[in-house]
Amino acid sequence: MKKLLLLLSLGIFSALQPARAGDITGVITLKGVPPAEKDITPLKDDATCGALYDTMPTTHFYVVSPQGELADVVVSLKDVTGKSTGASAPPAVLDQKGCVYLPSILAIQTGQKLIVKNSDPCVHNVHTSPTANPEVNEVQMPGGADLTFTFDKPEPFLKFRCDVHPWMFAWVTVVDSPYFAVTGKDGKFTIKNVPPGKYTLEAAHRKLGAQTANIEVTDSGATQNFTFEVK
Amino acid sequence: MLNAVATFLLIGLGGLVTSHEAGMSVPDWPTSYGYNMFALPIKFWTGGAFFEHTHRLLASVVGFLTTILAVWLCLKEPRKWMAWLGIAAFLLVVAQGILGGMRVRLQMASLGIFHGAVAQTFLVLVCAIALFTSRWWQNSETEKQIPVPRGLRKHILYVTILIFIQLLIAATMRHQHAGLAISDFPLAHGKIWPDTSAAAIASYNAQRIEVNGENPITAFQVNLQMIHRLVAYTIFLGVAAAAFLSLKKLGGRDALAKFAFFWLALLTLQIVLGAATIWTNKAADIATLHVMVGALALLTGALWWLVAARRTRLAA
Repeated sequence: MKKLLLLLSLGIFSALQPARAGDITGVITLKGVPPAEKDITPLKDDATCGALYDTMPTTHFYVVSPQGELADVVVSLKDVTGKSTGASAPPAVLDQKGCVYLPSILAIQTGQKLIVKNSDPCVHNVHTSPTANPEVNEVQMPGGADLTFTFDKPEPFLKFRCDVHPWMFAWVTVVDSPYFAVTGKDGKFTIKNVPPGKYTLEAAHRKLGAQTANIEVTDSGATQNFTFEVK
Repeated sequence: MLNAVATFLLIGLGGLVTSHEAGMSVPDWPTSYGYNMFALPIKFWTGGAFFEHTHRLLASVVGFLTTILAVWLCLKEPRKWMAWLGIAAFLLVVAQGILGGMRVRLQMASLGIFHGAVAQTFLVLVCAIALFTSRWWQNSETEKQIPVPRGLRKHILYVTILIFIQLLIAATMRHQHAGLAISDFPLAHGKIWPDTSAAAIASYNAQRIEVNGENPITAFQVNLQMIHRLVAYTIFLGVAAAAFLSLKKLGGRDALAKFAFFWLALLTLQIVLGAATIWTNKAADIATLHVMVGALALLTGALWWLVAARRTRLAA
C-alpha cells in the first residue's frame, strides 16, 4: 500500500511539473551599407493618400540601427512542423493606415487568424500572392468590415498587396509551429518556451535571404546571433 | 478606322494598367466593386482602379464598335471573305474580353500574357479590315501596279513575325510583376552578359529597391531581358535591311519604300524608348509608350506585307 501511494505521489508530482522549455534569444546585425531607400512618390502624388502625409514617405526594406542591428528579420525553427497552436492563438492584425500596410513584416502560425483592417479614408483591395496557399483578392471599402485570413500551409514571406495603391506591400511568414519571432529595431529576438533538443534555427530577411544555424536548446534556453551582409 | 484607333488607344490603356501594376485592383468582373460596370461611382475611380476601370469601359466601346463592324460587313459587304473577317474580329474581341475577365477572376497572371498577345493580333486584324474597306484599296484595283520582289516580301514577313515573337517576350517580362530584372543599359548589371549565378541574383535582389512590383528577380527574368535585347537588335537590323532593300528594289519614290523608312524610324524610336524604360526605372508612361510603339511596329510590318502581296497579285 505504501509503495502504491509512493508511486501515485511520484506520478502526480511529475504530472504537475511544468514542461521543460527554454527561450532562444539572439541579435541580428547587418554588415555593410544597405542601398538607399526610395521616396514613395506615387503615394504623395495620390490625392487621398498624399494628404495623409506632411513629408515624403519612403520605402523601408532595411531598418537598421546606428549600431547595425537589423529589424524585420523572421527567426524560426526550421523543419518543425505540425506543432501549430494557431487555432487557439489570438488573431494577428495587419492594418492599412496611411496607405501603407502596418506592419510590413509579420509572422503568424498556420491556422491562426489574421485580421486585416482598413483605417484609411479610401478603398483598398487586399490581394495575396502566395506560393503554397490559395490566392485571395478582396475589396475593402473605407470603414468597411475587417477581413479575416487564415493560411493552412507554411510559407515564407507571403505577399499582401493593394493593386489600387501599388506601393502597398506586407509580407507575412506563415510558420507551422509557435516557435518564431520577428526582430525589433534593436535587432533582438526571443522565441519562448522551446522544448529542449537540437534544432536548426533560421533567420530570414526579405531582401537578404536566409541563414541557418544548428543549436541545442537546454532548460536554460539557447543564444544564437546572426550577421547578414549586404554585398 | 474609328475601331482601329479605339483599339490602339485600348492597347495603350492596357499598357498603363500593367505599367501601374493595377490589373487586379478591381477584384470582381464583369461587375466593378459589386456595381454594374457602367455605374461605378466616380469616387472609386482612383489609383490603380482608375486605369483598370477605364480599360474595361474602353474595351466595352471597342466591343460595341466591333459588333457594329461585323454586322455591317455581313450585311453590306459584297466580298464574302470580308464578312468572315468581320465575324473573326467579333469572335476575337469577345474572346479577348473573356480572357481579360478570367485573368481577374482566376487570378492568373499568365493569362495577362495571352491577353496582351490577342490584343496585338486584334489590332492587326481591325486595321487590315480598315485597309481592305478603304476607298484607296478598292479604287486602286484597276490601276497599274509594280510587283514587289518575292525575296523582299518574305524578308518583311519574317521580320514582322519576329516582332510578334518579341511582343510575346515583352508581355512575359511585363507580367512577371518584378520591376526591372536588369536596371542598366547598354550594359547589363555592369557587364556585357550579366552573371546569373545564385550568388549574383541574391546580390541584385539585395541591392534593388523598388517602389512598385516588388517581386524578387530570378535568373530566368534576367536571361529573358537579355533575349529581349538581342531580339530587338536583330529586328532593328532586319527593318534597316528592309528599308534599304525597298529603296534599292522599288526606288525612293515608291510608297512602300517610304513606308519601310517610316518603319525604320519607328524601330529607332522603339530602341530609344526601350533604353528610356530602363533609365527611368520603368516609368509607367515611358514603358506604356514602348508598348504602343511596339504595337505600331507590328502593324506597320503586317500592313506593308499585305499591300505588297496585293500589288504583286494585281501586277501578275
